Amino acid sequence: MERIPLLRVGDFILVTIQVDMHDRLAMSLQDDLTNKISTTSAKGVLIDISALEMVDSFIGRMFANIAATARVLDAEIVVVGMRPAVAITLVELGLYLTGIRTALDVDHGMELLRVATARS
Amino acid sequence: MQPKSQLAQILKRFETDILAEWVAEQLRSLKASGQRSDAVRDSELREDCRRFYQSFADAASSANASDVMATEWSEVRDVLTNVSRSRAIAGFSPSETARFVFSLKRPLFQRLGQNLSANGDALFDAVQTTSDLLDKLGLLTTEIYQKGREEVISRQQTEMLELSTPVVKLWDGVLALPMIGTLDSYRTQSVMEALLVRIMETGSRIAIIDITGVPTVDTLVAQHLMKTVAAARLMGADCIISGIRPQIAQTIVHLAIDLGNITTKATLADAFAVALERLGKDITDRRAAR
Repeated sequence: MERIPLLRVGDFILVTIQVDMHDRLAMSLQDDLTNKISTTSAKGVLIDISALEMVDSFIGRMFANIAATARVLDAEIVVVGMRPAVAITLVELGLYLTGIRTALDVDHGMELLRVATARS
Repeated sequence: MQPKSQLAQILKRFETDILAEWVAEQLRSLKASGQRSDAVRDSELREDCRRFYQSFADAASSANASDVMATEWSEVRDVLTNVSRSRAIAGFSPSETARFVFSLKRPLFQRLGQNLSANGDALFDAVQTTSDLLDKLGLLTTEIYQKGREEVISRQQTEMLELSTPVVKLWDGVLALPMIGTLDSYRTQSVMEALLVRIMETGSRIAIIDITGVPTVDTLVAQHLMKTVAAARLMGADCIISGIRPQIAQTIVHLAIDLGNITTKATLADAFAVALERLGKDITDRRAAR
């Protein structure tokens, strides 16, 4: 079964989604990421979704869940590179993902994570 | 089949006469309505009439003489479509357009009357079928005219949309969206898309939505604005809303619209200053520093 690779970069975990998300993939991502955060005690998670072209309500909710779980484990989460169509879909679905930090690109996202983790 | 073939026969036999009278009648009514005589050239009108008349005569002598939607009538419909569409675009009124067909009645009835005066029943039948046919064709013209006008309207709408959604780059990393005119859901949607696409293209972290040109803000418009801001935030860009006029600020408060934690500024200049500050840029007056 395909899995989304989780890369450890210093104190952060880098997740790049290069394939179209389906429900089971999203669930396994949530499991894997939670385990990874807890085993590595990472301070921040950066999810790059610039290759993601479509979302539905399930995937959107999954992102919200992943973010909430990460926060419980005291890790900051940043979603970067969301495409316009995806952003519009999420807003129309009423999923504003409040509490998730967002950034335009990985560079900016890393900067945000550094600032956020330095503060805490 | 007798009355129908009567019509067909008369159409064929008096082609030149009826055609000439019909054209003359139309020219007269065009003149009477005044300014329009220049909108349609005489030669063009003559050609349209000739083509319509011939296809009408052919269709009337065919087997499907009474059903104007049948394939035998396709050429008649084509000619009518052309005439109605060009007239709709030229700015004719619906009745002026429909007169193209209805003015054929008088010359045609005259000939029918002259030739069938001996047989009252046959005359009545012929007049009735002819009248039916021309009425249907007249309605068809109006329908096509309507469609033509709708096309004009929708084209103007798209042109207006294109006009009204410029996304301007103010600085490296700062975009501005000067909104002008009333915001409806369709327009907001296209504005939103244009803004988000430009944010992605330019990698801008800050977008200023200026609503100086928006005449009124109601709950719906506010909701649209909030959605745009939320979508931009999801992409990683901050939005600032500027150009809120005093009356609009009062309306927003009266309607109890909660703009949440969106940064709002009175003028575009204020918003731009905030944007530069967030990017870590300073504006200094060199004379004052000296």
